[in-house]
Amino acid sequence: MKILCCVKRVPAPGAKINVTADGMDVDAAHLGFTTSPHEECGVEGAIQLKEEHGGEVTVLTLGPGEAEEQLRYAASVGADHGVLIPTDGTAYDPQRTAAAIAAAVTELEAEAPFDLILFGNESADAGGFQVGIRVAHALGRPIVQGIKGIELDGDTVRARREIDGGFEVYELPRPAVLGVKEGLNLPRYPTMKGRLASKKLEVRSLDVAAAAGGQQRVRLHRPEEQVSETVILGEGPEAAAAVVDVLAELGVL
Amino acid sequence: MLLVVLEHDRGELVEAAREALTFGRTLAAKMGEDLEAALIGAADESLVAAAGAYGAATVHTCTHDVLSDYGPDAHGAVVAQMVETLAPDAVLACGSDRGNEVMAHAAARLDAPFVANCIDVTPGAPWSMTRVQWGGSLLEDATLDADVALLSCGLHAVAAEPGDPRDAGAESFAAGLDERHAVTVVRDRVVQEAGVTLPTAPVVVGGGRGVGSEDGFASLEELAELLGGRVGCSRAVTNLGWRPHADQVGQTGTRIAPEIYIASGISGAIQHWVGAMASKHILAINTDREANMVVKADWAVIADLHEVVPAITEEIKRRRIRTS
Ligand SMILES: Cc1cc2nc3c(=O)[nH]c(=O)nc-3n(C[C@H](O)[C@H](O)[C@H](O)COP(=O)(O)OP(=O)(O)OC[C@H]3O[C@@H](n4cnc5c(N)ncnc54)[C@H](O)[C@@H]3O)c2cc1C
Repeated sequence: MKILCCVKRVPAPGAKINVTADGMDVDAAHLGFTTSPHEECGVEGAIQLKEEHGGEVTVLTLGPGEAEEQLRYAASVGADHGVLIPTDGTAYDPQRTAAAIAAAVTELEAEAPFDLILFGNESADAGGFQVGIRVAHALGRPIVQGIKGIELDGDTVRARREIDGGFEVYELPRPAVLGVKEGLNLPRYPTMKGRLASKKLEVRSLDVAAAAGGQQRVRLHRPEEQVSETVILGEGPEAAAAVVDVLAELGVL
Repeated sequence: MLLVVLEHDRGELVEAAREALTFGRTLAAKMGEDLEAALIGAADESLVAAAGAYGAATVHTCTHDVLSDYGPDAHGAVVAQMVETLAPDAVLACGSDRGNEVMAHAAARLDAPFVANCIDVTPGAPWSMTRVQWGGSLLEDATLDADVALLSCGLHAVAAEPGDPRDAGAESFAAGLDERHAVTVVRDRVVQEAGVTLPTAPVVVGGGRGVGSEDGFASLEELAELLGGRVGCSRAVTNLGWRPHADQVGQTGTRIAPEIYIASGISGAIQHWVGAMASKHILAINTDREANMVVKADWAVIADLHEVVPAITEEIKRRRIRTS
């Protein structure tokens, strides 16, 4: 079983996200970085499938050189190989990102295809909702997004997607591609042994050319703050009566 | 022509479709073009009439064996074929899970750009738009250079409102589909809970790290049940394993829009806030007067939630006994 998991390095912002003076990027000067949450679950999902069915897990990221950190983190929880597609530092649009990843996957698959390729449903920052789907089409493979459950049954990949009040099931033939969502699992923390292994990970760098697509960033900005006059109903349990008055007024009692 | 892709659940028009039509009406007016709609996998007259009530002049219906249930690949293929045959200037869906998925499939087939989750769109050469980043914590102004503008509008970016009622005509569209498009069609559907769910609940009682433990949620459950609502939670809570991810409200969780959100022990980090901001009213319960959730709420109680939540429950019970 060969599994590829594509991840994105994103800033880990707290309560506020600031923008650089030219408006072209998130001001990450005082921020740490992390793996985009859906993809963090993708890595965990890949490791669990490897533990159950054997094989190996490759993690791939497209981003700046520093994104190696996310590959090493994936190695610290059990990924075997790391691949970096270095960018020129600008934010790639979804078409360009997908074209570059598809080209890299084709190169990585020279010997055998990946049985399963996992993407996050959407990246935490740009949220374009399409890179995985474009790559799947480029490779001619089936894909379903929004996945919160994966089972392998012979050559069939059974994938569960949450819907309101339940879930729906898809069955895809291998090789397949899935866009996974947070909730697929609870990602594990690295062990000491894992941390040591991550230091030894050899990161393969793959330079691939891909033309920009038709979507171009003009600037990033913060939405207007909603200012609300908060009415303080009280400072202890005696506020309960005022709370229930509010509920009654709204007609939800 | 602006073509709006209508999301439906086995023949039932969903709220996202009404939002897309509402958003589409404004966009079509800016374009000076007609609003038309695509109904894939269904052709009921009532759906055509519903689209008409939201301003669609024509509804292109497409039915086929492969379209017996939802399938992202097949639906995307139909949208791509409609682009080729009907030559719309733009195609719009609502940025729900399905809406974005179908548009991305169509875009991949057409090798055309697709801009997801717009909140404002201006047609032109190039088109320009404002779209959601970080789930709504940031906005991006972008331009789009393409023969056909493939777009989605952010979920809950507008409230669905009927308008310009038209007597929509239905036109059937013959799509070229075969078994290969059926690879990703829904095979099975499992209902775990009937009735009120998190996205539809009129009241959501949210709990954050401040609840302190899995057991601490019992009092929130009791209050939610009393109000016919649901319990929601923050990502801190799901990460601690106190609640399942299905309860998570926020950027990587569910987007709620209840009449009132009672957020207890939640700091209101921006990624949580974007999932809660469509709530009609917000009441925060927090020990910290400066917490973001308190500052942004309509009402707040500055206190320990373990004292306040049971007191609210008792007060509701007391009043109900009195009035019954
Ligand atoms: C890419 C990304 C995506 C994310 N997506 C989501 C998401 O979808 N949903 C989400 O929720 N978060 C999300 N987060 C995480 C988010 O940034 C916060 O970490 C999280 O929302 C914090 O949860 P919290 O408010 O429960 O905890 P905390 O921030 O720890 O806040 C706890 C609050 O409880 C109060 N409190 C403590 N004790 C009591 C008491 N006894 N009574 C009353 N009040 C009390 C405290 O004053 C404090 O305000 C995301 C983060 C990233 C980076």
